[in-house]
Amino acid sequence: MLLQTRQLSAFYGDFQALFGIDFQLEAGEIVAIIGANGAGKSTFLKTLMGLLAAPHEAVRFDGRAIGGLATGRIVERGIVLVPEGRRLFPSLSVEENLRMGAYGGRPGRWNLQEVYALFPILREKRLAPSTSLSGGQQQMVAVARALMSNPKLLLCDETSLGLAPIVVKDIYAALARVTGEGLSAIIVEQDVGLAQRASSRLYCFQEGRVSLTGRSDELSREQISHAYFGI
Amino acid sequence: MLNWLDTLVQGILLGGLYALFAIGQSLILGVMRLTNVAHGDFIILGAFGGFALISGVPGTALTGFGLNPVLTLLLMLPLAAGVGYALQRGVLNGALGADPMPTLVVTFGLSIIIQNLLLEVFSADTRSISALGIETQSLPLGESIHIGVLPLIIFLLALVATFMMEWVFRHTNLGRAFRATSDDIDAAQLMGVDHRHIYALATAIAFVLIAVAGMLQGLRTTFAPSDGPGLLLYAFEAVIIGGLGSFWGTFAGGILLGVSQSVGFRIDPGWGILIGHMVFLTMLMVRPSGLFPKTR
Repeated sequence: MLLQTRQLSAFYGDFQALFGIDFQLEAGEIVAIIGANGAGKSTFLKTLMGLLAAPHEAVRFDGRAIGGLATGRIVERGIVLVPEGRRLFPSLSVEENLRMGAYGGRPGRWNLQEVYALFPILREKRLAPSTSLSGGQQQMVAVARALMSNPKLLLCDETSLGLAPIVVKDIYAALARVTGEGLSAIIVEQDVGLAQRASSRLYCFQEGRVSLTGRSDELSREQISHAYFGI
Repeated sequence: MLNWLDTLVQGILLGGLYALFAIGQSLILGVMRLTNVAHGDFIILGAFGGFALISGVPGTALTGFGLNPVLTLLLMLPLAAGVGYALQRGVLNGALGADPMPTLVVTFGLSIIIQNLLLEVFSADTRSISALGIETQSLPLGESIHIGVLPLIIFLLALVATFMMEWVFRHTNLGRAFRATSDDIDAAQLMGVDHRHIYALATAIAFVLIAVAGMLQGLRTTFAPSDGPGLLLYAFEAVIIGGLGSFWGTFAGGILLGVSQSVGFRIDPGWGILIGHMVFLTMLMVRPSGLFPKTR
């Protein structure tokens, strides 16, 4: 078991956003999380990253409790988030953004040469300001920047949002290549079909709770739409 | 004509001192959007610190080490970095947030505390630090212009400090972390950056620059416990004239301020400071984002 959460709850001030989430991920697995807006998908990822408070024992990663640790410590343990909306650093060039990914100094196979091999266009654009890139290229920088931290577990939040279908296909092909080598991933997606195709197991969140879970290829449309909308 | 050239040269040299005042402020403002209202008071604290280390505290049994100003300053630098780091981690980090008010109030409080503490310990007398004769030496520049050795050293130090800060920001991991944290603190945390530590390092560097500025202010002129707010104003004006986020901009802002004051003094000895402020206000109206705003 690489990642396990037990009865994980999370709050924004007085507002409770997650209600006792039980979640499991084996090493090498790709798990998708789907759900409507406000279902708690992004909150779940933020809580895993330590951006929201969590009880220490409620999140276990690689055999150790990590709930509520500082984000920096969690990155050191090997979890990284590709945040929704990419969140590149606007005053840094493409290459400087990538180098920020390696800030924690975790050893591993990923370095500038390797991510340029994965996304060759980024080598051409490496000196350009990150803001001058197209949306798809910016998403590539965000994914590559995350890989630079040499994670064991990659969290992707709404990676396809606002991108052309052809670009989404490219990025998911790159993700499949990376995860094919043994990297685990949690993919949060609005596009249910894409989430099913890209993952082996799937969780559906509804109003801060898990409303459905199962193997991605065995769940029917009816089951999913029931769990998605609660009707 | 030659007199005006002399005014210009003296103004540029004076501007070097103002640039030194301003670089630390520029760093803190750029990295964490914090306006340190006590900036000038910390410079004066640095000057008194240097004074006390050399000649002791008047009216007490404390005597100084009697070292020369350069060695004394070298002693002060690690101390200043430590004070800056501790101040940021212990006090200022807790006041930082989306609302700038708490940090303004806290640093304003620090300003009052420092002024009164200095008044209590050193009295209201003006002091100065002896530069061991360098303050009276000058180099001839052409026929009738002489430039002081000490102002020239100060100008060159400001140039070196600006160059080094720009280099750190462009070419080191620390500088990248400074810029990334300034851009997007949440995203920086997701890269494993501990923003509290990064902020404290920025303040530590700023305090090293403050210690240098304080010692040089003490060598170049006299100082008293109530001088801080005036220096804060010069530093702040230089940063705003230069444009936020650019150290060369801050340097240019300091020079422009120095030249403006120098020209003002030349026209009428009562006008120097006023003309400096007027140039600042004019810049605010004509080019509110400063000479070299960070390109975003």
